[in-house]
Amino acid sequence: MTATATTAATRPRAPRRAGRGQAVRLVILIAIVAVVLYPLFWMIGTSVKSQEEIVNNIGLLPETFTPGNYVDGWSNFDLSFGRFFLNSAMVSLLTVVGNAVSCLLAAYAFARLRFRLRGVWFAVMIGTLLLPGHVLIVPQYILFRSLGLVGGEWPYLPLLIPQFLATEAFFVFLMVQFMRGIPRELDEAAKIDGANAFGIFRHVILPLSRPALVTTAIFSFIWTWNDFFRQLVFLSDLEDYTVPVALTLFIDSTSQSAVGPMFAMSVLSLLPVFLFFLAFQRMLVEGINTSGLKG
Amino acid sequence: MALTTAPGPTRRDTGSVRPPAKRGAGRNRHGEGLAGYLFLSPWLLGLMAVTAIPMLLSLYLSFTNYDILTPLSEVEWVGLANYERMFTSDPSYWHAVQVTLKFALIAVPLKLAAALGVALLLNRAWRGVGLFRSLFYLPSLLGGSVALAIVWVSMFNRDGAFNSLLSLFGIEGKPWVNDPDWALQTLMVLAIWQFGAPMVIFLAGLKQVPTELYEAASVDGASKVSQFWNVTLPMLSPVIFFNLVLETINGFQGFTAAFVLSNGTGGPVDSTLMYTLNLYISGFTNLEMGYASAMAWVFLLAIAVITAIFFSTGRFWVHYSDGEDR
Repeated sequence: MTATATTAATRPRAPRRAGRGQAVRLVILIAIVAVVLYPLFWMIGTSVKSQEEIVNNIGLLPETFTPGNYVDGWSNFDLSFGRFFLNSAMVSLLTVVGNAVSCLLAAYAFARLRFRLRGVWFAVMIGTLLLPGHVLIVPQYILFRSLGLVGGEWPYLPLLIPQFLATEAFFVFLMVQFMRGIPRELDEAAKIDGANAFGIFRHVILPLSRPALVTTAIFSFIWTWNDFFRQLVFLSDLEDYTVPVALTLFIDSTSQSAVGPMFAMSVLSLLPVFLFFLAFQRMLVEGINTSGLKG
Repeated sequence: MALTTAPGPTRRDTGSVRPPAKRGAGRNRHGEGLAGYLFLSPWLLGLMAVTAIPMLLSLYLSFTNYDILTPLSEVEWVGLANYERMFTSDPSYWHAVQVTLKFALIAVPLKLAAALGVALLLNRAWRGVGLFRSLFYLPSLLGGSVALAIVWVSMFNRDGAFNSLLSLFGIEGKPWVNDPDWALQTLMVLAIWQFGAPMVIFLAGLKQVPTELYEAASVDGASKVSQFWNVTLPMLSPVIFFNLVLETINGFQGFTAAFVLSNGTGGPVDSTLMYTLNLYISGFTNLEMGYASAMAWVFLLAIAVITAIFFSTGRFWVHYSDGEDR
């Protein structure tokens, strides 16, 4: 903004040209938005098309509105999608809790407390930031299986245990960065009032870290809701399936008749993420900034 | 690996925290050390149980013929056989490496170019910016899901939206996702479609470029194009570097869309056999977990080497201006 404003001031003829440039810019942007959003509209349109129209009518809008796809999709398999949604919601919400609590504790230690080897542990934590989850999946599977947790009484433990142990280094890092922005004078003041490390955590850091906690909660919900790899590996019984794993059952059933229901369930599965997006879009967009750049 | 992969801020951050540490350490230094480890304990436990021990276990298993069916106590040590097989007698392994490299080498630069291009278009504060920024970011939130992969495959199938678009121009399409020459490209398009996340980071970087530089450049008579090359790009190079490292590493790990497109096989004719998909097939379809562990370790080393290369070449083209960090 300031760039245009100032250059415009130095060159008298600029304003009118800037106005036209702005219009061109807007047209280009709208065109790109249309291309980018087209797949989403197409998905929604297809989800309410009849089987016949899915093959013949390739436009965005259906000629006959067919909401029946949602009904058919919901009960397309032996268990209803309601079950899969509940499973997904449970895994995602518990992951949110696990990440928020465990990452906050670790971040407080890194950001505020002095202890031996802190620098080393911090470097290790940063190192795990870029550690691909795919590398660990085989041995984790073996370990959890040998503990009887894979396909066990409650098959979500292998998905959830890591989340309660702050293994999502991204969130630890994000919170450390955030806490460094909290003025140390507040700690000192609390210390003078007789607070120890726990008191400072409870009365200073915890209440002031709410924005970072919210960002963590939103991202861990969305990532877990969308996650496929780990859920595919660790969930083996239909009744335990989460939404993404259940959706792949549609691909297995090669019959053409399932396309409409498949799209309907795909749309439904994206709905929670989309609602989060609507509610928190500013925070989401800003969240990736704070995490990566504003050191 | 820990140090080589640490992104830019680390060294600075640990440094900036240390000085105040001496002040006010005083009497309860001992208690604070204890408290530190107490607060850190979930993370430490996770590091050991979920990261370090599994890594060591997989290193050990990579020298065995372990399949999940025989008990761990009866595995057979096979030395370097898994690695030998990988490098000398498993054509599908090399194929997966090629597919993954091809995917990353094409999709990542295009995705970053799209991100930078749109960021430059958006880099003016006017009323619509927030809305556009959010709309462009939406695919990054949805794109990694199974649902979107399903949509994508349908879109590039025979009756899909892409062919209907082509037919408007009189071009006859084909089922792209079933064509070994094109299936991977459809996945690249899906990756590029998610340019919003790096775009947001570019936008934040563009905001940091001091306007005085543009003023000075335009006083010197520099054109918009030369301002882009001589001011914007150098000033943005740390952000480009950050995005490049992040997106490359992400690109190597593409799994979901390839799984959905090929129903977990890597087809058609192995054309979408991404490295992680190949690893999954070895470990969880063929149950050759020793072999899959060897693959995982080579993958880890490859990523570490590539990251190290990025960081060592970075100093030749990444321009850090002094004091910008503060």
